[in-house]
Amino acid sequence: MDLSKLSALEAGKLIKNREIGVAEITKAALENIEKTDKNYNAFITVCADEAMKRAEAVQKGIDDGTYTSPLAGVPMAVKDNMCTKGILTTAASKILTGFKPFYNSTAVQKLEDAGAVLLGKLNMDEFAMGSTTETSFYGPTVNPWGENRVPGGSSGGSAVAVATDEAYYTLGSDTGGSIRQPASFCGVTGIKPTYGTVSRYGLLAYASSLDQIGPVGKNVEDVAEVLSIISGHDKKDSTSVNQEPLKFNLQNNVKGKKIGIPAEYFSKGLEKDVKDRVLEAAKKLESMGAIVEEFNMPEIDYAIPAYYIIACAEASSNLSRYDGVKYGFRTPEFEDLTDLYNKTRSDGFGIEVKRRIMIGAFVLSSGYYDAYYKKALKVKAVIKNAFDRAFEKYDAILSPAAPTTALKMGENLSDPLKMYLGDIYTVSVNLAGLPSIVIPCGFDKEGLPVGLQITGKAFSENNIMNIAYSFQQETDYHTKKPVLKVSKEA
Amino acid sequence: MEFLTTMGLEVHCELSTKTKIFCSCSTEFGGEPNTHVCEVCTGMPGSLPVLNEQVVEYAIRTGLATNCTITQYNKFDRKNYFYPDLPKAYQVSQLYLPICQNGHIDIEVNGVKKAIRIKEIHMEEDAGKLIHDPWDDCTLVDYNRCGVPLLEIVSEPDFESGEEVIAYLTKLKSILQYIDVSDCKMEQGSLRADVNLSVRPVGQTELGTRTEMKNINSFKAIARAIEGERKRQIEVITEGKKVVQETRRWDDNKGASYAMRSKENAQDYRYFPEPDLVPIEISDEWIERVRQSLPELPTEKKERYISEYGLPEYDVDIITGSKFLVKIFEKALEVCGEPKEVSNWIMGEVLRMASETGTEPEDIKFDPENLGKLILLVKKKTINRNTAKEVFEKMFTDNVDPEKYIKDNGLEMVTDDGAVLAVVKAVIEANPKAVAEFKGGSAKVKGFIVGQCMKQLKGKADPSVVNKIILEELDKI
Amino acid sequence: MLINDEMIDYISELARLKLRDDERESAKNEINKIIDYMDTLNQLDTSEIEAMSHAFPVKNVFRKDEVMPSKDRDDILLNAPDKKDGAFKVPKTFE
Repeated sequence: MDLSKLSALEAGKLIKNREIGVAEITKAALENIEKTDKNYNAFITVCADEAMKRAEAVQKGIDDGTYTSPLAGVPMAVKDNMCTKGILTTAASKILTGFKPFYNSTAVQKLEDAGAVLLGKLNMDEFAMGSTTETSFYGPTVNPWGENRVPGGSSGGSAVAVATDEAYYTLGSDTGGSIRQPASFCGVTGIKPTYGTVSRYGLLAYASSLDQIGPVGKNVEDVAEVLSIISGHDKKDSTSVNQEPLKFNLQNNVKGKKIGIPAEYFSKGLEKDVKDRVLEAAKKLESMGAIVEEFNMPEIDYAIPAYYIIACAEASSNLSRYDGVKYGFRTPEFEDLTDLYNKTRSDGFGIEVKRRIMIGAFVLSSGYYDAYYKKALKVKAVIKNAFDRAFEKYDAILSPAAPTTALKMGENLSDPLKMYLGDIYTVSVNLAGLPSIVIPCGFDKEGLPVGLQITGKAFSENNIMNIAYSFQQETDYHTKKPVLKVSKEA
Repeated sequence: MEFLTTMGLEVHCELSTKTKIFCSCSTEFGGEPNTHVCEVCTGMPGSLPVLNEQVVEYAIRTGLATNCTITQYNKFDRKNYFYPDLPKAYQVSQLYLPICQNGHIDIEVNGVKKAIRIKEIHMEEDAGKLIHDPWDDCTLVDYNRCGVPLLEIVSEPDFESGEEVIAYLTKLKSILQYIDVSDCKMEQGSLRADVNLSVRPVGQTELGTRTEMKNINSFKAIARAIEGERKRQIEVITEGKKVVQETRRWDDNKGASYAMRSKENAQDYRYFPEPDLVPIEISDEWIERVRQSLPELPTEKKERYISEYGLPEYDVDIITGSKFLVKIFEKALEVCGEPKEVSNWIMGEVLRMASETGTEPEDIKFDPENLGKLILLVKKKTINRNTAKEVFEKMFTDNVDPEKYIKDNGLEMVTDDGAVLAVVKAVIEANPKAVAEFKGGSAKVKGFIVGQCMKQLKGKADPSVVNKIILEELDKI
Repeated sequence: MLINDEMIDYISELARLKLRDDERESAKNEINKIIDYMDTLNQLDTSEIEAMSHAFPVKNVFRKDEVMPSKDRDDILLNAPDKKDGAFKVPKTFE
């Protein structure tokens, strides 16, 4: 039996039934990473020793009844922008060289409390700024579905580790599509929960009002199980919503569900194969009993500029603390304090991060605040209102997650604006704080996966999960696997 | 040319909460560097703030005590700038919707009453401490003070003299102490003032260019800084030059202010709403509850002391100026019921001892009830006034119980007239010369006789009784 | 062009970033393109709209004023690039 092909819940069941030990499955996973990851670079850090020690402790905890979660003992990995106690946490940036936090992010802590085994930290765009995982200081992550293809981003490592079966599930973070777009490019399942559902404590902030942690997995059941563990109120995060952890009761039933498709999403710039697959998926849902109709949401055109103003502004402030004084990289030579700041930050940050910091500084600067930042906050309200109106009519909104399938590496790096425009389907959801799941819905003519995005109103995770689950019960796209390049020497 | 001065004040006051504004670290003063810190107040990656409710409560209390309107929907903003004492490189403060607005404090200078308007009061976090290390010629950063809650109390430019500024600060300090939101210890930096100052020739209506002097931390230094800056600006204008709008640092040792480097001056703080915190909504009920819990404030207390107790305004001003003197007054009064006596004791012996021993009112240690007891003991003639002063000194230094102390040291007055008479007779007999002089019309010598009697009585007699008996006896001669 | 050389230098200084000449030129071009695109927001009339910082009306999240133990100083200083006597060490800030 190839253990790595199991879903997280299947693996958890074997562990629970004592058909396999936690150490055994962890060791197998580490060996698999060793063989596979050279070609994909999904991991920045693999913590093999810690994982093996942890596996033994978790096994004891399962044996003595401490850990009862269906995912207890299942090896996983998290995006490298979440703090992990004693383990390197870099946000894929040179500026956090050597940074080992003395605290866990709440999401990671909750998984540990449920008996998870951490394999390592996953690659990403530097500080989650990017849509290709090419801006990482630790080199790009590679999409396993095609030659020379990007995995999407910023949670590229989180998507690839699942697509390559290196980890049973992963955590990503989503500020403007950073879980959903890589899930789409890599043919895996990923959800961005409602803002405030998962604590942001210990998540290295990019844009605080938009950031949200979510799981990436092999199917909806796995993702639902992980989300039920990491969700719930955290008194350390003031923006965490005061509610119980989510509970899911997944059922294959979409009968009578009203699903809307924004006409604006299908009018321009969308690849034909992506459009076809998504509309076929809509037909499929219709055939399963859902009511699908087109509607108009013209405000959506303003989502990208509003998003980038808000995200860059918050980022410019959030990333100011990386100054070479308290942690991470400090330039070796400097004349005085200002020189220390300038050189540390100029050498420590990559070009895309610097660009966004500068845009952020500009839109907040004296004389421009009202025209840009305040205007963007108003547009945010406009977009939220548009969604509110849509959800008066519909249970869910269906769309692609990205206008294309996985891009060629290097294609967008030279043209940042073009890269930003690729976020058309995802950023509005963050502005409105809504939950949104992406699942595989087929392939383009080159065999690259296409993702289907299902967005619901705030706190309707159960509803969109059910639609996604129903779709996966009737299709097998999520079970398809890329042919992996495996290093022989390992 | 004659000049008018216009000033506005920004006062920073550290709140006396137990914990910091956004984390549960202690606000205790002192401590080894970086021992009252955690990931939140040192700006570690991923850490998030959670607001201390007591800070909001104290801000509302301060707003109500200074006649402000409470902003029922208020929020925090980030003020962005780089400096090593600011670990996140932004200070969480309130720009757009501060918690209190449009208040005023009444002051009185040389008998003239004036209201100083308060523009706003906002909540914010304090920065850390930078220590110069002369051995390595570098700066060491201690984040213990980082995140200690502050209120910034911003006045309108309503001051026209240094005296007004000092009167305002004195009043503000006493209000903050009365309502128990801050200990206002200037030497520990828990009350600091920035002064905005401009001058203009008499007759000119529009205000001159202002400068700002930051973080001056004693009343005397503020008075000197104002005088120094006023003179400097007048000189600049008289020389035909222009005052530059800038931030200046007052060096109290040298008695001069210096412009801060232009880089520190060119500030664009890029304020925006703090996304890690949620808005604060203050209900009418909350405001009412705080209002009900407010103690009587200095102005009300002063009026009541004058009307109810008939005390002189000067004395009342001094006593109500400090909540610690008020406490002594009220507790002693409760015991003895003699407001004038208590007031006289405070204005006399209490303040004399405080000044002789260099004790601030807040550090006075004796139980105020004992002062009440002491006053009763004098009233009941258990001791006389002079003995009482001696006993009080002991109370002040060692917090002794007056009743016990008097008993233990046998200081009770001789109330037996026979015993007094015997002493008087003996003194008269022993001093025939003095008696003769008295008989010859010298009133002065009576004092000598009284003194001799008191000496023999070891001071433990009622001087009026002694006087009376002496006169009676001398009459008989 | 809103973002001229002067503006690039100004925002670089605000952000404590010192760009090389080539970086500066390309940053200027890219940022101008992006700001131009952001200006499309002006097509939308928002005069009647309130600015919205949070998508959901969460309010009054407080903590009780109770002291919790602070963190170990060794942990706080663990990642410091330079330290001395229990403090973070930086170039002198005093003149």
